[in-house]
Amino acid sequence: MSAQLDEKLMIPGQREQAANNKPAFAEESILNLDQVNIYYSGKAAIKEVSFPIAKQKITSLIGPSGCGKSTLLRSLNRMNDFIPEVTMDGLFTYNGQNLNAPSVDPVEVRRHIGMVFQKPNPFPKTIYKNIAWGPNINGYQKSLDELVEHSLKQAALWDEVKDRLHESALSLSGGQQQRLCIARALAMEPDILLMDEPCSALDPISTAHIEDLLFELKTRYTIVIVTHNMQQAARISDYTAFLESGELIEFGVTEQLFTMPQKQRTEEYVTGRFG
Amino acid sequence: MYSTALNRPVLTDTFININKRTIRWGEFLIQSGLALCALISIITTAVIIIILCKEGFSFFQHIAPAEFFFGTRWVPLLEPSSFGVLPLVWGTLLVTFGAALIAIPIGLASAIYLSEYASHKVRSTVKPVLELLAGIPTVVYGYFALTFVTPLLKTIIPGIQVFNAFSGAIVVGIMVLPMIATLSDNALRAVPQTLRQGAYALGATSYETTTQVVLPAGLSGVMASFLLAISRAIGETMAVTLAAGATPNMSLTFLESIQTMTAYIVQISLGDAPAGGLAYQTLFVVAALLFIITLMLNVLSQWILNRYREAYD
Amino acid sequence: MNQSSDNALNTSDRHLQRRHRKASLFSSFCALITFMGVALLALLLYQVCVDGIKWLDIQFLTSFPSRFPARAGILSALVGTLWLISLIALIAIPIGVATALYLEEFSKKNRLNRLIELNISNLAGVPSIVYGIIGLALFVRGLNLERSLISGALTMSLLILPVIIIASREAIKTVPMSIRHAAFALGATRWQTAWAHVLPASFPGILTGVILALSRAIGETAPLIMIGGLTYVAFLPDGPMDSFTAMPIQIYNWVARPQHEFHQLAASAIIVLLAVLLIMNAAAIVIRHKTER
Repeated sequence: MSAQLDEKLMIPGQREQAANNKPAFAEESILNLDQVNIYYSGKAAIKEVSFPIAKQKITSLIGPSGCGKSTLLRSLNRMNDFIPEVTMDGLFTYNGQNLNAPSVDPVEVRRHIGMVFQKPNPFPKTIYKNIAWGPNINGYQKSLDELVEHSLKQAALWDEVKDRLHESALSLSGGQQQRLCIARALAMEPDILLMDEPCSALDPISTAHIEDLLFELKTRYTIVIVTHNMQQAARISDYTAFLESGELIEFGVTEQLFTMPQKQRTEEYVTGRFG
Repeated sequence: MYSTALNRPVLTDTFININKRTIRWGEFLIQSGLALCALISIITTAVIIIILCKEGFSFFQHIAPAEFFFGTRWVPLLEPSSFGVLPLVWGTLLVTFGAALIAIPIGLASAIYLSEYASHKVRSTVKPVLELLAGIPTVVYGYFALTFVTPLLKTIIPGIQVFNAFSGAIVVGIMVLPMIATLSDNALRAVPQTLRQGAYALGATSYETTTQVVLPAGLSGVMASFLLAISRAIGETMAVTLAAGATPNMSLTFLESIQTMTAYIVQISLGDAPAGGLAYQTLFVVAALLFIITLMLNVLSQWILNRYREAYD
Repeated sequence: MNQSSDNALNTSDRHLQRRHRKASLFSSFCALITFMGVALLALLLYQVCVDGIKWLDIQFLTSFPSRFPARAGILSALVGTLWLISLIALIAIPIGVATALYLEEFSKKNRLNRLIELNISNLAGVPSIVYGIIGLALFVRGLNLERSLISGALTMSLLILPVIIIASREAIKTVPMSIRHAAFALGATRWQTAWAHVLPASFPGILTGVILALSRAIGETAPLIMIGGLTYVAFLPDGPMDSFTAMPIQIYNWVARPQHEFHQLAASAIIVLLAVLLIMNAAAIVIRHKTER
């Protein structure tokens, strides 16, 4: 805590210096953002944002509502293509390839970078079909039954639904629906899983379920999660990016960012002084 | 800050290539097919305009436009022929005017009752009934005119002719009534509840609220429904053909037989006019006039809707 | 509150009473008018039933038209209408739904597509007789399809296409965006998404619109008269190239005759026509109800 206090007492110049002393990012990155700008009808919603996303780790994006974190997340698998008002520049490097290059097929991108949305959005079909559809249209060759079981197990939903796989997904509770959506995304065996406030529409018990699940998943998947719940970010993520009004205020190892933030704005936010 | 150069990922076992230039042919074919279907509507419009113009131009090579637009005698089939369209236009206007006079007040009053006064139960029965009635074929209204309205009128006004504009106007009015009632009801119900509450909170009665707050707020939708109904009445064919007769004249009363533009078209087509003849071409000129008039009314009604729609959102 | 502004409001009992009387008078007037309108239309239906019940029997449904009212029937008209409606359904439904899908799911909001949208709403307002004339010039004469079922079906398809398109678009619009996003996020293409999720979810709405459009086609008379659906047909069509008659044409033909017996025959045919329409509308209402739950 004394480091924190020290920093507060520093004069602005010193603070900048300290920021430059941060430890190097030592992970293998799977996705790199470099000088990214995202515009909404020409107005910048994300300004000059750069940070890496570490392979098989959880990176969380935090910040006050309206700071652009969801917009940023949606730009990572080209979901912003569906909003004609959105334009962007900067470099999104995924496996050494520019995500926004004209030669890139956005459908191919989304096959490898899956997404779980804020509100559970199961298809109005059976539980089984919800999971099997994605692999099916993408020409999955092996047994769909096994894949469905495997995905549901990964999402810790199997035991609850194994006897009613052919009932409508809409008969599930909100928390179960969201885990179904996670299972559906996992069935595609994504390289990266993007999650947009996946717990915001859920009760605390369902939220705990999903957090446990994320711990399990990060051994196999790279996860980027947007959350407005700072405890959640602190609990589950390895890296955290803090955004405010479209700017990246601070990025770093989660523990450090929460206990020894480099910037005063970050500290004010994580200690609950605003936001 | 974090240079991508320093952290370039090491390519491990699987490299995922997202740079696939392959065109999805199936997707492309389907999308083109759908777009082609969407183009059919444009082609339809183009065909309508081309056909009407083509036949119309060859008509005007024989008949001066001035005679057509300002002539007051319409005798296309007998010698000496005369091609003044005004009697047909007049007949159409007479029937439409009469129909509007009947349908607009009744339709508006019904819409006000349904949206402002009727209980949920009454509304949920009357509205579907009205929608059902809007779907009754027009030939049925023609039957109604000949077998019910005209005999009734004859007992009231003994001098009335068997085919007369009055009967036609009444049934066309009844015919477009459900349309005005349901569309205006939709427009009035779209007025936000907060406006009504605001008026009542100032001590207004239901009459004052409805006429001075709700109606002005929903006026664009109500006016649009009137215009659509008038356009429908102008284009209406079977009921007026059966009820109003086939005598083009510029009668000032509703009691004589007249001929509307649509009734003329039916009359000629029943006689199987030979293609290329002047009589055949008159079909297209009259239809073109009909098309232009109804199109202007429809465009005007859309313009009113778009222009004033968001005023209370 | 100050005295003078209090006086400016007229709060006398008589004034208030007058306002209340006016309000209740107005509401009663509106209610009365509504029920009178409904009653008038009910009267029309009653009149038709009373006139038409006399000739309505099996013989009426299974006979060809005749100069003698007692022997006349609507078999050829009924069969013609069934042929017509099947052909219209085959032509208009795929094109209409495809157009709606294109406009809602594929098109970008550019000039051409705005033009298409504007164009469709205007086509919906074109009088049916104008379609008849176009059908006459294009299909009967231009494409030499003669006065056949296919000419009639093509003309009617043009007529109801805008109705199907508009209804289908409304139905497609009600499918939540989140469903599409879920599919896209799984790497689905637009067509895969539209086919597997958007169409099934909007199917009831589309079906309702289609039924209503087809019931409009069943009742339309003017375009068929223009096309020249014959009024006296004593045979049943074998294929789309045959000439035909249809229910509304038969009704028109009977109404236009001066004899009272033929008017009664017309009423009988109207009952049959309205029964068909009622069944179709009821089906649409049932579908709508089922899906609202």
